[in-house]
Amino acid sequence: MNIIDVLIEQSPALIIAIPLLGAFLMPLVSRINSTLRNIFGLLVLCLTGFFVGILASDVLANGPRLYIFGAKDLAVPMVRILFEVDSMSIFMALITMVLAFIALIYSWSFMKDHDGLDKYYTLVLLLITSTFGMELTGDIFNFFVFLEISCIASCALIAFWISEGEALEAAFKYIVVSAIGALFVLFAIGMLYAQYNALNIATLANVLKYTFLDKIILVLLLVVLGMKAGLVPMHMWLPDSYGRAPPSVTLIIIGATLASFYGVLRVIFTLYGNVLSTTMRFSIPLNVLVGWILITLAIISIIVGVAMALVQSDFMRLIGFSAVTEVGYMFLAIGAGIAALGTPYATTALQGGILHLLNDALDIGLLFLVAGAVYYTTKKRSLDDTSGLARNMKYTTVFFVIGFLAVAGMPPLNGFASKFLIYESVYQLNPILSIVAILCSILMLAVFVKVFYAVFMGPELPAFKNVTEAPRSMLLAMGLVAALAIFIGLFPNLVIDALVKPAADALLNHAQYIGTVVGGI
Amino acid sequence: MIEYIPFIAVVTMIFIGLYAVLFRRNLIKIVIGISIIESGVNLFLITLGYREGGVAPIFTSLPPGTTYPAGMVLPVPQALTLTSIVIGVAVLALMLSLVMHIYRKYGTLDVRKIRRLKE
Amino acid sequence: MSGMSKIVKTSVNILFPLTMIFGLYVIAHGHLTPGGGFQGGAIVASGCAMIVVAYGSKWVFKQINEKRLSTFESIGGVGFITVALLGLVFSTVFFGNFLAGSNLLFGTTPATGSTGADFNTGGVLPLMNFAVGVKVIAGLFVIVLVMAYASSVKEWDT
Repeated sequence: MNIIDVLIEQSPALIIAIPLLGAFLMPLVSRINSTLRNIFGLLVLCLTGFFVGILASDVLANGPRLYIFGAKDLAVPMVRILFEVDSMSIFMALITMVLAFIALIYSWSFMKDHDGLDKYYTLVLLLITSTFGMELTGDIFNFFVFLEISCIASCALIAFWISEGEALEAAFKYIVVSAIGALFVLFAIGMLYAQYNALNIATLANVLKYTFLDKIILVLLLVVLGMKAGLVPMHMWLPDSYGRAPPSVTLIIIGATLASFYGVLRVIFTLYGNVLSTTMRFSIPLNVLVGWILITLAIISIIVGVAMALVQSDFMRLIGFSAVTEVGYMFLAIGAGIAALGTPYATTALQGGILHLLNDALDIGLLFLVAGAVYYTTKKRSLDDTSGLARNMKYTTVFFVIGFLAVAGMPPLNGFASKFLIYESVYQLNPILSIVAILCSILMLAVFVKVFYAVFMGPELPAFKNVTEAPRSMLLAMGLVAALAIFIGLFPNLVIDALVKPAADALLNHAQYIGTVVGGI
Repeated sequence: MIEYIPFIAVVTMIFIGLYAVLFRRNLIKIVIGISIIESGVNLFLITLGYREGGVAPIFTSLPPGTTYPAGMVLPVPQALTLTSIVIGVAVLALMLSLVMHIYRKYGTLDVRKIRRLKE
Repeated sequence: MSGMSKIVKTSVNILFPLTMIFGLYVIAHGHLTPGGGFQGGAIVASGCAMIVVAYGSKWVFKQINEKRLSTFESIGGVGFITVALLGLVFSTVFFGNFLAGSNLLFGTTPATGSTGADFNTGGVLPLMNFAVGVKVIAGLFVIVLVMAYASSVKEWDT
C-alpha cells in the first residue's frame, strides 16, 4: 500500500482535523507575527485543499468512501461516528474549499487595519471546519453538531464589526433564528433515534417506515434546513447578516448556507429516498407533494428577492436580497427534480440545480467581494453616496460587470449555463414557472444595471477624486473568482461531466449510499 | 398515562420557550426563552433513554444483582444531551455578550426600539 | 463589581479549594464515573466564578493575565486534536485508542463486568479529558471574568 493510498484513506478525517488544529493553533501563531499568521492560515487551507483534491479524485473514480472514527471496522451495534463521502459531498467540499481559499486571500488586505485578527482567523477556520463536517458526515447527530458550530462561528463573525449597531442586530437575529432551528433539528434527531435506535443516515434511511412521527421529522428538518439555506418565509436573517458581515466572511457564510442546502438534499434524497416515490399522501405521491411545496416557496423566493433588491439603497444588502433569489433558483430546480422524479428532465433539473449551487457561490461571492472593495476604498455603504468610481477603480468595475452579468444569467458567463438547464427542465414541468424565472432574471439585470450606474458610472464626486484601486490581494481574489466564472461559462460541459453528473447520480442512487454502510456489516 | 408525563412536560417547555421568543419584547427574555426550549429538548433526549428501574450505564461498582446491559439506561441519549448542553453553553454565552453590546450601543433592551435593519 | 463583605470572602476562601479538588477529581475520573472534562471544568470554573463574585472582577482582572488564559484554552484544544492525530499515527484511525491494552500509561485492560474502578485504564480517554478540562476551565473562566468585568465598567473604552 503506497503513501497516496494511505493519505486518501485518511483524508476524510484530515479534512476536518487540519483546519481544526489550525484554528486552535492560530492564537498562538498570531502572537509571533501578523504576516506569519496570514501565511499560516493559507498554509492550513492549502494542506486541506490537497486532501480535498485527492479525496475528490478517488471518490469520483471509485464511488463512495467510508471513514470510521476510532475503529478499524464496523461492529454490529453501530455507535461509531461515520463519515461517508460520495460525489455530492465532495462536490460541496470543493465549493467550500474554493470559497475559503478566496476569502483568505481577500482578507489579507481587507482586514489588515482591524485588530482582534487572531480571533477572526480562528473563527474563520472553525467555520470552514464545520462546513466541511456538515458536508462529509454520515451521522445525523454529527450533522447537528457541525450545524451548531457553524451557527456559533458565523454569528461571531457577523458581529465582527462590533462597533456598528446594525452588525450586532444582524448577529442577534441570526443566532436566535439558528439556535431555535438547530434545537428543532435536535428534536427531530431524538425522534429518529427513539424510533429506529440509530443515528447513522444510511442505517436510518434503510429502515425508515414513514410513520406519523417521520412526517413530523420531515417537516421539521425541511423547515429548519430550508430556513438556514435562505428559503423565503424565513429568509429575513439572510440579507441582514450577508450585508453586515465583513465581505470576506460573507463568502464563507455562503459556503455554510450552501451546506444547509446540501442538508435539504440529503434529507430528501437519501434519508427519505426509499419512501419518497412509493408513499401516497392526500392521494398524490409524496415526491410530487414535497416537490411542489418546494417549487412554490422557490417561486416566492425568486419574486421576493428581486422585488426587495429593487428598493434597497445599501449595496451589500441589495446583493443579500439577490442571494435570496439565487437560493430560489436552486430550490426551483431541486423541487422540479423531486416533483418529476424518474423522468429524464428531472435529472436535467437536478443537474441544473447542482451546477447553480456552484455558480451562485461564485457570482454572489464575486459581487460581495466587489462591494467589499468599494467599501474598503470609500467607506460608504449606500448607493446614494457613491458615484463615478469607474474612473479610478478600473479592474473592480470590470469584475463587477462580470459578476452582475453572471448573476443575471447572461450567455457567455456561468450563470447562463445553469439557468438555461433550469429553464429548460422546469419548462417541461410547467411553462409558467419557467416564464416567471426568466422574467425575474431580467429584473435582476435591471437592478444591477441601476447599481452599476449609481456606483461606477455618473459624475465623479469630489470626495472620491483620490480613491485608488483596491489592494492587490483583493484584486487577485476577485480575479480568481471572475476567471472561474468565465471558465465555467465557456466550458460548462467540462464541469457538468466531471462533477455535476456524478453528484446528481449520487443523489438519485440512494441505494448505493445506504449499501456502502449497511452492506458492510 | 404516567409514562407520558415527561413528554407532556417537553412539549409544554418548548411552547413556553417559543412563546417567550415570539411575544416578549425584552432581549434577555428572548434568550431565556431559547434556554427553556433547549432544556425541553434535553429533557426529551434523556426521557428517550430511560428504562424502568435502570441504573447509570457505568460498569464499575454496579449494584449487586444488576443484569447488564439490560438493566442500564441507554447511554447514547445521555451523550447526546451532554453534547447539546455544551453547545448550549456556548450559544448562551454568545447571545448574552451580544445583548450586552446591544445594550451598550442602543441603551435599551426593547426590540421595538432596536430596529435599524427593517426595510 | 466590587468585592463583598469579609464573611463572604472568608467562606469563599474555605470553599474554593474544595471546589477545585472536586472539579479536578471529576476531570481525572472522567473515564470511570459520570462526568469528564467538560463537567469537571465547569465545576472548577464555577469555583473561579465564586472568586469573581466575592472579590470583585476588577481585583481578579488585576491578578490574572487574560491572554495567558486564552493561551491555555488553545493548548487544551491543540492537545485534544494532537491525541486524536496520534491515534491516526499509531493505530491508523483518527481518534484511535492506541493506548488501550498496551500496558503503558492508562493502558491496563479493565476486567469485564461489575468490578471496582481501576484508574489505570481507558487508554487515550483520560488524556482527552485532561485536554478538554484545561480548555473548558480556561474558556469558561474567561467568559465569566470578561462578562463580569465588562458589565461592571460604566463607560467602555473601545
